[in-house]
Amino acid sequence: MNQVAKNMTETKQDTIVEVDGIAMRYEGGVQALKGVDLKIPSGELTSFLGPSGCGKTTLLKIIAGLLTPTEGEVRIRGKKVTGPGPDRAFVFQDFALMPWATVQRNVEFGLELRGMPKDQRGEKAVKYIAEVGLAGFEKSYPHELSGGMRQRVGLARALAVDADILMMDEPFASVDEQTRRKFQEDMLDLLSKEKKTVIFVTHSIEEAVYVSDQVVLLSPRPGQVQRIIRTEIDRSKSPDEIRRDKNYLDYVDDIWAVLRTYL
Amino acid sequence: MALRTLGRQTWLWKLMSFALFFGAWEIAGRIPISLSFPTFIETFIAFVRMTFNGEFATAYLQTIQPLIIGVAISSVAGVGFGVLMGLWRTMEWFLVVIFIILYASPVAAIIPLVTYMYGIGLTSKVIAVVIMALPLIVLNCYKGVRHTHPSLIEMVRSFQGSRWQEIRLIILPNASSLIFAGLRLGIGAGFIGVVLAELLITPTGIGDLITYHRSVADYPEMFADITSIIALSAVSLTVLLKMEFLVRPETRKR
Ligand SMILES: Nc1ncnc2c1ncn2[C@@H]1O[C@H](COP(=O)(O)OP(=O)(O)O)[C@@H](O)[C@H]1O
Ligand SMILES: [Mg+2]
Repeated sequence: MNQVAKNMTETKQDTIVEVDGIAMRYEGGVQALKGVDLKIPSGELTSFLGPSGCGKTTLLKIIAGLLTPTEGEVRIRGKKVTGPGPDRAFVFQDFALMPWATVQRNVEFGLELRGMPKDQRGEKAVKYIAEVGLAGFEKSYPHELSGGMRQRVGLARALAVDADILMMDEPFASVDEQTRRKFQEDMLDLLSKEKKTVIFVTHSIEEAVYVSDQVVLLSPRPGQVQRIIRTEIDRSKSPDEIRRDKNYLDYVDDIWAVLRTYL
Repeated sequence: MALRTLGRQTWLWKLMSFALFFGAWEIAGRIPISLSFPTFIETFIAFVRMTFNGEFATAYLQTIQPLIIGVAISSVAGVGFGVLMGLWRTMEWFLVVIFIILYASPVAAIIPLVTYMYGIGLTSKVIAVVIMALPLIVLNCYKGVRHTHPSLIEMVRSFQGSRWQEIRLIILPNASSLIFAGLRLGIGAGFIGVVLAELLITPTGIGDLITYHRSVADYPEMFADITSIIALSAVSLTVLLKMEFLVRPETRKR
């Protein structure tokens, strides 16, 4: 009965991204992914979790249209992905900011590429710079910012193009622990306002459980979907309460039990 | 790099380092370390005299013309070829080898050959400047274009940027520091080229002035000639550095 009820709530969600039989073999013979099937529900935060080198970045870039898989296809709202599109925006692990451009220009850049007039995109950039908490840094250059602030610039740039799907590759990997927690909380806040579908890569179990509605566990290379865990945590609680919540801790333990078998 | 640091120092420091250098020169000239080594003051007087009696003006009229033409040709062609080589495989295969050979060969040995083919006029001097400057500019631009961070390219693609936007907005700005480095090295090499040409083949301009003053043993004049060409080269490089600040505002804050 319980199982049936659960299945019903799951099917009620609209699927926005469908990953269908994806395999990826790089030139040179590395088989990064094999037979990956996956549905990503609209408006939720899904994270890819797995050991380093298991193909998380590869899978994310295939969904983004930056890499072409050797087998299978990705569909977004039923349409096959053939390349990057305006429905998706990417936040890069190494930030990918232009060192010669100010924060303002970096955040505008996605809009600049789309040919939006200067004053219009300037206004938008200012808004998103403020939303990620960087108001006042518009004229700074990336080398004047800390790692966490640079990643916020990358996030603002992705938000500014107003894509439905936001893809983030280990956005907090090079950020210290305090900044990381603050950033996670800020991000959840922001995303509850922005109503986006988020796909998020991480290798931290706590982070995956804390931020996502659905955790996709990948096996070591060649990456396959090992398990999909829906986390049901009451997110109206405060961040500290969530981190002490029994469900939260159970999910962390469950996932750890799977991941430890890979070591 | 060293030039940039120098540019940031205060006037006082610059003045002091000049004073120290000229002081040491004066002392070395008074010892003297060599019979043909004049003191700083003698050289300075010769410098001022030749500046005002028109000797420098006449000489540089002949030296600067091929220098400017040669550097202009090398800059335009060098940036053009270098960038094309960086962007386009076919071009790379054809040209990289040629420029690496030119870069590695003892060009001073080629310069007499140029005279043999083009005589001792302006053309020869221009060619001497170009063979010295062009490979440096080409190879630096090429390196700059090839070393674009792959994730920046990926970023442009993720926002559906076109190839042209990729080149104009990412690859060229990213290469600009190496392009300017290439131009700096190229201008320096252009000076060497023109003076070599004047010393080795076409006895005109500042090269001829140096040869002449040496032959009549006017050493203060000879040193003033040499100092003048070094000063001119330093001034040109400073002008280029100021241009780079204009084009690349982010370097001002570093
Ligand atoms: N461009 C590439 N060429 C060849 N092999 C690659 C390339 N990119 C990644 N790989 C390999 O594919 C595997 C998966 O990489 P990646 O997706 O980056 O893993 P993850 O993000 O999970 O750490 C790794 O073994 C990696 O070495
Ligand atoms: Mg990765």
